[in-house]
Amino acid sequence: MIELTKENFEEEVLKAEGKVFVDFYGDGCVPCAALMPFVHQYAETYGDKLKFCALNTTKARRLAIAQKVMGLPVMAIYENGAQIDSLIKEDCTQETIEAMIKKHI
Amino acid sequence: MSKIYDVIIVGAGPAGLAAALYAGRARLSTLVIEKIKDGGQIVITDEIENYPGAVEGESGPSLIKKMVDQANHFGAEKVFDTIVDVQLEGDVKVLKGNKDTYQGKTVIIATGASPKPIGCPGEKELTGKGVSYCATCDGNFFEDFEIYVVGGGDSAVEEAMYLTKFGRKVTLIHRRGELRAAKSIQEKAFANPKMAFMWDTVIDELKGEDILTSMVVRNLKTGEVKEIEADPEDGTFGVFVFIGYDPQSKVFEGKVNMEHGYIITDEDMRTNIPGVYAAGDIRVKSLRQVVTAAADGAIAAVQCEKYLG
Repeated sequence: MIELTKENFEEEVLKAEGKVFVDFYGDGCVPCAALMPFVHQYAETYGDKLKFCALNTTKARRLAIAQKVMGLPVMAIYENGAQIDSLIKEDCTQETIEAMIKKHI
Repeated sequence: MSKIYDVIIVGAGPAGLAAALYAGRARLSTLVIEKIKDGGQIVITDEIENYPGAVEGESGPSLIKKMVDQANHFGAEKVFDTIVDVQLEGDVKVLKGNKDTYQGKTVIIATGASPKPIGCPGEKELTGKGVSYCATCDGNFFEDFEIYVVGGGDSAVEEAMYLTKFGRKVTLIHRRGELRAAKSIQEKAFANPKMAFMWDTVIDELKGEDILTSMVVRNLKTGEVKEIEADPEDGTFGVFVFIGYDPQSKVFEGKVNMEHGYIITDEDMRTNIPGVYAAGDIRVKSLRQVVTAAADGAIAAVQCEKYLG
């Protein structure tokens, strides 16, 4: 898992080759924290086929808003600088996240 | 799937965790099945002021952590899975999850409730894009923005107060002319300079492409309809909805007796099926609070023990 920041988001996600998985989370977001171990597990399992990143939006609020993320958790897939798939809030479960990952590898 | 538990508890909110604590202490083999996260609704609550012993500074997550630790301490097992089908009749109840199938001699249904949506056009599309049901999750995005909170009960007013930490102004939109929240909470809200109130008003539509940019509100008394647009400099605003809850009982439909989706029990938490109990917000009851959920859980677990003999 690559920890994203305001500084490296463009390089690691928008300009990256191939598809990138981004876990948008935040301080104090309990659902995000609950999902985190599963995302790490998927990063281990599927990490050779898909790039896995996470962004703490609490530290990068403007960046998150610019990415149209204003609610947590959000799990998104990026390709060629654009978000091509996402799961928002209640739609994020272990099963749906893994299914989205499988769809893009 | 081989093991048959004495008690299977579905849901790890206050009701389920209290049941796990009592069942564990009674040395019953206990399994708690939770969908995603421990705690249920209280983990998305900023402040717990009305649970006995939870004084200033106690948050939903901090209280639930103690409950989880306590249940674990007494030996309750836990699994994360979503139950998709149930067979509750007979001596051994079978619960089918996405990952595995579970068997228990008794079942405590403590699946709780989830936030009720407004039900207006645009709401689903803009959830997480300006519309939210979780202040602690999403409040931070609206730092220095305008925020609207929908509802007039304890949750709405308390969460609105919490959101004044972030928003430059927080407007409570309520369909009635007065709040339903406890007087002590109301007093604090009226004294807060960042709080404003829009009475007798409902939201008819939420609008925006990818992000919330305006909403249509209607005054129920005068019939006046107006569109509220985001400050052009902000580009968006927040709408937080706290207008009640929907029971999470779909998988039990047609299996136990219900009323409007809530499970009917007697005062010992028995449903119409022997060995099957319900506890917490999922029940038909007059007060849905952490304290009543925990009490239900304790009663249900003790009844399981009696049923098992």
